[in-house]
Amino acid sequence: MRDAFIRELTDLAPQHPELLLLTGDLGFGVLNGFASRFPRQLLNVGVAEQNMSGLAAGLALEGHTVFTYSIGNFPTLRCLEQIRNDICYHRANVKIVCVGGGMSYGAVGMSHHATEDLAILRALPGMLVLSPGDLWEAAEAAKHLVSHGGPAYLRLDKSSAPLTAHRDRAFCPGVIRTVCDGSDVTLAATGGILGEALLAADALAGQGVFCRVLSVHTIKPLDTNTLVAAALETGGIVSIEEHAVDGGLGGAIAESLMEAGASPGFFVRMGLRNTFSSVVGSQQYLRRVYSLDAAAITRIVSAKLGIPVPLLVS
Amino acid sequence: MIPNRVTIDVDAPLELARRVRIQALRMTNRSGASHIGSALSCADILAELYSGILNVDPANPGSPDRDRFILSKGHAGVCLYAVLAERGFFPVEKLVSHYQDGSDLCGHASHHLAGVEASTGSLGHGLSIAAGMAYAATLRSAPHRVFCLLSDGECDEGSTWEAALFAAHHGLSNLVAIVDYNGMQGVAPVAAVVRLEPFADKWTAFGWAVRQVDGHNHEALRTVLRDAPFEPGKPSCLVARTTKGKGVSFMENTVLWHYRVPRGAEFDAALAELEVRS
Repeated sequence: MRDAFIRELTDLAPQHPELLLLTGDLGFGVLNGFASRFPRQLLNVGVAEQNMSGLAAGLALEGHTVFTYSIGNFPTLRCLEQIRNDICYHRANVKIVCVGGGMSYGAVGMSHHATEDLAILRALPGMLVLSPGDLWEAAEAAKHLVSHGGPAYLRLDKSSAPLTAHRDRAFCPGVIRTVCDGSDVTLAATGGILGEALLAADALAGQGVFCRVLSVHTIKPLDTNTLVAAALETGGIVSIEEHAVDGGLGGAIAESLMEAGASPGFFVRMGLRNTFSSVVGSQQYLRRVYSLDAAAITRIVSAKLGIPVPLLVS
Repeated sequence: MIPNRVTIDVDAPLELARRVRIQALRMTNRSGASHIGSALSCADILAELYSGILNVDPANPGSPDRDRFILSKGHAGVCLYAVLAERGFFPVEKLVSHYQDGSDLCGHASHHLAGVEASTGSLGHGLSIAAGMAYAATLRSAPHRVFCLLSDGECDEGSTWEAALFAAHHGLSNLVAIVDYNGMQGVAPVAAVVRLEPFADKWTAFGWAVRQVDGHNHEALRTVLRDAPFEPGKPSCLVARTTKGKGVSFMENTVLWHYRVPRGAEFDAALAELEVRS
């Protein structure tokens, strides 16, 4: 996703001379192309995320479209108050880009896992929160952000779901993308973990259970209409995120459905439950450990529907 | 060449500072707000800035070629509000709404007011915003300057020094940081909390061109601020030696008046002192 994002930004930079990319001394190797073609539009501000965010606000107030770029929680939690006061309160045109959403950085450790960012960033007034599920969504999100006015957060996952046949549909921020349709159960995922939902849906289809798989690439504003339809038209909703269940996708869906008065047949939030991801392992391994992989999804759905757990289609 | 500068006679900034102090005192009294000591500390600096140093036009506060001013020590909001009102950015009568229900004038500086570039209040934010504005000016070769007024207490914040490193690395000579160095922070003297000395040397070591000045000497302030940038290719730091609570004898150089609200006899006495000194 990172490469798709940078490729898109590199393509768009010449048409947007006001665009600036600020990095907190990260992106070794991957920002070289951008740097050599547009040296005036790239600024390595050093390992100083608070300053990066304040600078971004100052630059944006002077008319620039500013992207801040770092990994994990560094561009968000480390400098949260600058994001709140300097960027959001001033409605500054700053796009915060996190590379390594969720447990993308696997064995690197908890310090590099972003597992509360969606909850925290979506609490900020005026913030658009994007969390693409595949490479197409990542590229489209980047394209959208260049012309979007105001604060935004883009969470890029190292993993991404396989590209699906629905790519011809326009990317609409704020509108959930229905990746595959079904009426038995809704699997609502955000980020690269969408791939696990698709694998689970394939397995469940073998049991005659047809899942509606939703890519919730926009956490804020949340697409209530699609969620209400899912609550009313399918047997239940499972939210799937590589993130704490508190306040993340699952929390957002619950709020939204409760306010809309729509009650799904059942509702399960899959994510980290009051825990840090402290086990050592790859992103895939950690998904298994924390019961967030396709097998875990099939177990949950099967239990809810009272059917045998299907084998995954390898 | 700075076209829109307000030119006024040399005694005027002194009178402006006096009026600003009185307005600040009245505002904190009416509203029950803290930080009168911090406001009195920087009244002379603000009066000088808005008396011909800053290229700003009250009739066109968003003019692209204006100088930018960021009050990083946002808790001295009453001082900025008073000087802006006295300079005509908004009516002086608006000052009575400070802290009141539905007002634009919250305790800490608010960008919802004409002439205020950025909302501040949490310390250690302003210099980064100012550095961003200064960097933007260099990108388009704009001649305006960016001034940022910091408190000494906020030099405890790491983010202040992150911004200091950045500005020096990029040679932002259009950036002027002024530190209101009154030596008193929220609950104790600076020297007793976290030592800042040798303070000017720190800025020098960070790559800034540094001058020191008596922050209540108008002539000295005017001269040194007109000189900025102090050296080509470097951001400028003016360490203004000030007295917290300046102008009211019993408020001077005491931690008490960081938070204490001037009321009753204390308010009357303070007002009398400020009025007499005219």
